[in-house]
Amino acid sequence: MNTFLSRLNTIFAFTLSVMAGLTFCCFLSTDFNLNQENVTLGTGKVSVKEVRDYSAEKEKKDLGFIVFDLNADLTPLFNWNVKQLFLYLTAEYETKSHKLNQVVLWDKIVERGNNAVFDLKNANTKYYFWDYAHGLKGNQNVTLTLSWNVIPNAGRLPKVMGTGSHSFVFPNDYSSGRF
Amino acid sequence: MSGLLNMDFLDEVRRMNKRQLYYQVLNFGMIVSSALMIWKGLMVVTGSESPIVVVLSGSMEPAFYRGDLLLLTNHQEEAIRVGEIVVFKIEGRDIPIVHRVLKIHEKEDGSLKFLTKGDNNSVDDRGLYAPGQLWLEKKDVVGRARGFLPYVGIVTILMNDYPKFKYLVLACLGIYVLIHRE
Repeated sequence: MNTFLSRLNTIFAFTLSVMAGLTFCCFLSTDFNLNQENVTLGTGKVSVKEVRDYSAEKEKKDLGFIVFDLNADLTPLFNWNVKQLFLYLTAEYETKSHKLNQVVLWDKIVERGNNAVFDLKNANTKYYFWDYAHGLKGNQNVTLTLSWNVIPNAGRLPKVMGTGSHSFVFPNDYSSGRF
Repeated sequence: MSGLLNMDFLDEVRRMNKRQLYYQVLNFGMIVSSALMIWKGLMVVTGSESPIVVVLSGSMEPAFYRGDLLLLTNHQEEAIRVGEIVVFKIEGRDIPIVHRVLKIHEKEDGSLKFLTKGDNNSVDDRGLYAPGQLWLEKKDVVGRARGFLPYVGIVTILMNDYPKFKYLVLACLGIYVLIHRE
């Protein structure tokens, strides 16, 4: 009974050590990857309205509407240590009240094995483009970028911005009528 | 004559057992204080009050499942940006929540308001915040997720869900450390 338990103990400890070592090697092997890729972005029709935001302060705020184009091939980013890529499309802009605003308009989870080639034309955003107040009307520089968060099997969680951004301008008047 | 020898031998055995017992207790104390030093040291290096957390809910699937381990840092000079996975606490509640930043609005002086959402949730976290709270601020953040280890935290989940298992594990560990002669 003694030797059986101690053998079991040794096997268990050895298995744990080997698994820990393998995990560490897995992390090291991909830690220095740049995870960079080129991305082409564009926008179609862009408009802004002033709407009461019932999900927040219930004041009237600027609500932007855009349709976007996205062209990217992210298949080279996948390796044995990448479980999934979390893609997110960010709109970054400056307003009078806030120096830096970042809003995620669209995101997608791409797991290893799934299709990682994107060719979207005039796609709708997933999330509403609310500003904090009235900073979208007539805004001369709103920059769209696509970034991804690499989720590994074990290791770091880097956020990488794709090379290739697109800037657009909001019109100076609120649009009326249907969306 | 042989009787006296027997008593001497017994005394020596009893004395050795006491010394070994003290040794075992000191050994145990060393292990506990080393673990505490490592934990506190990690807290200083990462700047977070809770440098290692176990994922408790499925709101970030398929990236993080229940039982995965996250390494957090909370360096104030690293600004919070969208796409980051932050661990935050709602005022008045104990449970840390691990979600992703969806929107930020930062003023010139550095004050920042941000909104979060779990990857696996269909709506943002406004419903989770305290009543009347619409945004999170830097002070609510416990840490930012920087590293990830799968499955390792499953022991914590098991111990939370089955408290009897927790006592069993602690008892076994205690007995093992006291008996093991190395």
